[in-house]
Amino acid sequence: MADPSLIACPHCDLLQRLPALPAGGSARCPRCDRELARARPDAATRSLALSLAAACLFVVANAVPMLGLRAAGRDASTTVIGGAIHLWTHDERMVAALVLCTAVLAPGAQIALMLAVALGARAARPAAWVGALLRHQPAARTWSMIEVMLLGVLVALIKIADYANVIPGTALFVLAGLVFVLAAMQASFDARDVWARVVWADAAAEPAADLGPELAS
Amino acid sequence: MSCPACALVSRPPRGADAGRCPRCDEPLAFRAANSIQRTWAFLIAAAICYVPANLLPVLTTTTPQGSESDTILQGVVLLWSPTGWPLSLIVLVASIMIPSAKILALAYLLLSVQRGWVANPGSRTRAYRIVELIGRWSMVDVFVDTFTAALVQLKPLMAVEPAPGLAFFAAVVVLTMLAVEAFDPRLIWDAIPAEERHA
Repeated sequence: MADPSLIACPHCDLLQRLPALPAGGSARCPRCDRELARARPDAATRSLALSLAAACLFVVANAVPMLGLRAAGRDASTTVIGGAIHLWTHDERMVAALVLCTAVLAPGAQIALMLAVALGARAARPAAWVGALLRHQPAARTWSMIEVMLLGVLVALIKIADYANVIPGTALFVLAGLVFVLAAMQASFDARDVWARVVWADAAAEPAADLGPELAS
Repeated sequence: MSCPACALVSRPPRGADAGRCPRCDEPLAFRAANSIQRTWAFLIAAAICYVPANLLPVLTTTTPQGSESDTILQGVVLLWSPTGWPLSLIVLVASIMIPSAKILALAYLLLSVQRGWVANPGSRTRAYRIVELIGRWSMVDVFVDTFTAALVQLKPLMAVEPAPGLAFFAAVVVLTMLAVEAFDPRLIWDAIPAEERHA
């Protein structure tokens, strides 16, 4: 019924068997050149450490002001969520919801999912809930736009600097760090390795032998 | 048949329904359901929103001299100066060039799949991947306008408020991202004869 060492390219459906990969090596589809797998050293430990770091930075980034403004003896400042709230109160509810989703909720979900999966994947046979969470990881990643937001904030900052004194807030620097930590977190994570070990939903279809060595051969 | 969630390849049971993935229980299908129709639907909706997104103002600036509204393109022109041109270029690329290129590229991919073109499947797949990769950067201007409006509240000197065009522009970005997700790139390879496919 199901052979876990076979892989169909997600972009062109070419059926193939993955070769053994050297540490740090990657396999690409011979037909359409999509990356199929990458051997990541210490994937489990690294993604756990990086997702913990990302969670800390994420909390700080949303708790402290990101931008400040000083003009004509008056001060103003805003946080990421403050930007969304301002839109909401000015009847741009759809855009407010979008900003909140892509700048706060999706990155939060991305980090929380990765943290839970990294913790759950420490077991030799991760439970089925790890797979259930892992399934939503790509979607959270697609809509998480911290790096796009950071570019947007920088453009806004330089734009406003023409009229008033702009004070970059602590959150801005934390966010810049978070962009790199998120990228490293995503890059160190090996979804295929977790899927290869996770407990199958249909226990009857599961191959009896341990899949680890077979996948590597 | 390959599972869209966990990539396990399994043989479907004989008969009507493709069933579910034995490893992760995701419903299986040979190709994404109604990929072409769904992609066209999102794409046409995006193209319709693209018109007001570019014609309506995205920001309104109020000063004691009166208030002034700017569209995306006017924003690009306003930013263009000896020091501001890199910013202007970022907004031009992210807000005007990427969304229009995305709409055109996806329409071309859809047509190529529907007409069963066999030429250059590799470069069409690559085009899809580029569209997938750069799409999110269109959101830059939404964030710029959000934080500009949130911060510049110096009444009565100056205040910046969001304007209706912003919602349409945000809709274009979301709809094109959904269109990219709805498109199944494996369709590009379906028109190619099986013996050539494995070459």
